[in-house]
Amino acid sequence: MFHFVRRRMLSSVLPLVAVLLGVFVLARLTGDPASLYLPESATPAQRAAFTERNGFDDSIWQQIADYFGGVFQLDFGESLRTGESAATMALRAFPATLQLAGATMLIAAAGAVVIGSWAAFRPNSLADRIASFLSMTAASVPDFWFAITGVWIFAVGLGALPTSGVSDGMLSWVLPVATLAIRPLGVLTQVVRGAMVSALSAPYVRLARSKGAGSVRVVSHHALRNAAAPALTVAGDLTVSLVNGAVVVETIFGWPGIGKLMIDSITGRDFAVLQAAVLLTAVTIFVLNIVIDVCYALLDARVRETATV
Amino acid sequence: MSSLSDKAADGRPGTGSDAPAAGAEPAAPARDSRVSLWRMLLRDRVATAAAAVLSLVVLTAVFGPLLVGSAATEQDLDNTNQPPFSFDDGWLGILGTDPLGQSVLARLVVAARTTFSVAVPAVALALAVGALVGMWAGYHRGLRETLAMRVADIIMSFPSLLMAVVVLYVFSPSVANLVVVLAITRIPVYLRTARAESTELQSRLFVDAARTFGTSSGAIIRRHVFPIVLPTLLTLATLEFCYVMLAESSLSFLGIGIQPPDVSWGLMVSQGRSYLQTAWWLTFFPGLAIIVTTVSATVLAAWARLATDPAQRWRLTLPRRARRARNAPAPQEAQS
Repeated sequence: MFHFVRRRMLSSVLPLVAVLLGVFVLARLTGDPASLYLPESATPAQRAAFTERNGFDDSIWQQIADYFGGVFQLDFGESLRTGESAATMALRAFPATLQLAGATMLIAAAGAVVIGSWAAFRPNSLADRIASFLSMTAASVPDFWFAITGVWIFAVGLGALPTSGVSDGMLSWVLPVATLAIRPLGVLTQVVRGAMVSALSAPYVRLARSKGAGSVRVVSHHALRNAAAPALTVAGDLTVSLVNGAVVVETIFGWPGIGKLMIDSITGRDFAVLQAAVLLTAVTIFVLNIVIDVCYALLDARVRETATV
Repeated sequence: MSSLSDKAADGRPGTGSDAPAAGAEPAAPARDSRVSLWRMLLRDRVATAAAAVLSLVVLTAVFGPLLVGSAATEQDLDNTNQPPFSFDDGWLGILGTDPLGQSVLARLVVAARTTFSVAVPAVALALAVGALVGMWAGYHRGLRETLAMRVADIIMSFPSLLMAVVVLYVFSPSVANLVVVLAITRIPVYLRTARAESTELQSRLFVDAARTFGTSSGAIIRRHVFPIVLPTLLTLATLEFCYVMLAESSLSFLGIGIQPPDVSWGLMVSQGRSYLQTAWWLTFFPGLAIIVTTVSATVLAAWARLATDPAQRWRLTLPRRARRARNAPAPQEAQS
């Protein structure tokens, strides 16, 4: 197992460097920060001083070398806006997104397992059709539209929930989590349903049934365990795309997470913060992928065999 | 000699089982061969409805702007923020008007064209590149496969919306740039699928036979691999169409997609956002248009996946009553 994880980590280093390099080059093409941070009346000398102080006058290769040198010493540069360390800013915003994503995936996964198994238990029944149609619709709702419709109904209309911010305790979580969860819930329900339909028709389930196992036990002990592998793959992909949703949701609800930080630093040409946030996100995604692979191996003996070879 | 010709005669109808899906219609078993895809579609009420809705949306996107003419940009400041379902202002006011007195219906129609003009080329471009590279990588294996998969991993490992945000911030957000960005972020999806299928196919007997006869690898990919991979890729493309449409509307909503003189569904939601308390129809109807189109495409894709899979097709060709009866005890898959 250890060997397996180590090999996965080694093969992840190259994509990480590539992502970082891409963002580094692209970010520098967005324009000259000097024109954004200095007043228009700034003299050429002041501009030159600003550029030199932040190292923007070096060649792009020199800048890249400096930056990667810094990264290896865990120095991610400073924010142009606040002068704070970029790493501090990214790490401060990170827990907010992580909590949001964690709550979302927990709700989506639990809901999908319950609804999906229930729908798969009697394929093509009325309950199955309704569940399938609802999950398809849920997977098709644009998150930004869901968010502002939710604000319109529950915050503006009923006044029950806050429109944005994090100051209202649990209530302020309801709309952001619901918005983020709706798409993963829809997609996962479809996957769980599909996997459960084929698992429930498999010989081992019929054997369990013929031995007198109750339907709850058949679903929870026999079918679900085997249906978990495809659901896990999709759940992993959904978690990656949750970052997409987080950008939209955090912008709408003013959630102080990493998505909002990235949008703000792009519009503010705050390169160092953008790179730190991107690196943090990318590392998280890679760790997540490895965790999923390990879960895979724990679930499926066939994968475990090939992983240890 | 006679036995040989017998075998040849016998062998022909059986080719369907050697290369499922390769012979699409004619090679399918006798019962299925009479049921064309078209009739199979008409038998499934939900899929028919989805196809009808989708065709209507496509027709609207293509011909609709000609019908509504300049109504989408005609300002009428006496008729601002009119609620929907009132006919005072003619049929164009049925979905209400916006703060400039423009008809929401006319704007929806024009926006449909913009939305499609981003989503369709983006999907087509990603499909073409992903399928070509994927089949090539999967057929040749080795270094070429590793290289293609690594690049796909890199693209996939970064959230696509963020990549689009960064790129569109660098290059001005135009329709062409949107298409390219969305296509690049979605190429890995097709690439992985095409590679997986062609890896499996290149070890199959009929591909081996073609290779033995000296067929070039390009011709094998074109004539033996591509026709089998195509149905899967087309189904995938239908689903991807939904994804790209949602991504475009998200970007337009964030202000880095379609830019104001033009109008797309996502942009309409974004523009209506500040009038949420006074004019709900400005955001509601564009959102509904996105949902209806996406759901229809999803339903159609689910149907197409069944219809193009020889092992699953019986589910659609059985009469309705028999289908329900057979589904209940969960039949065994034909594959096992």
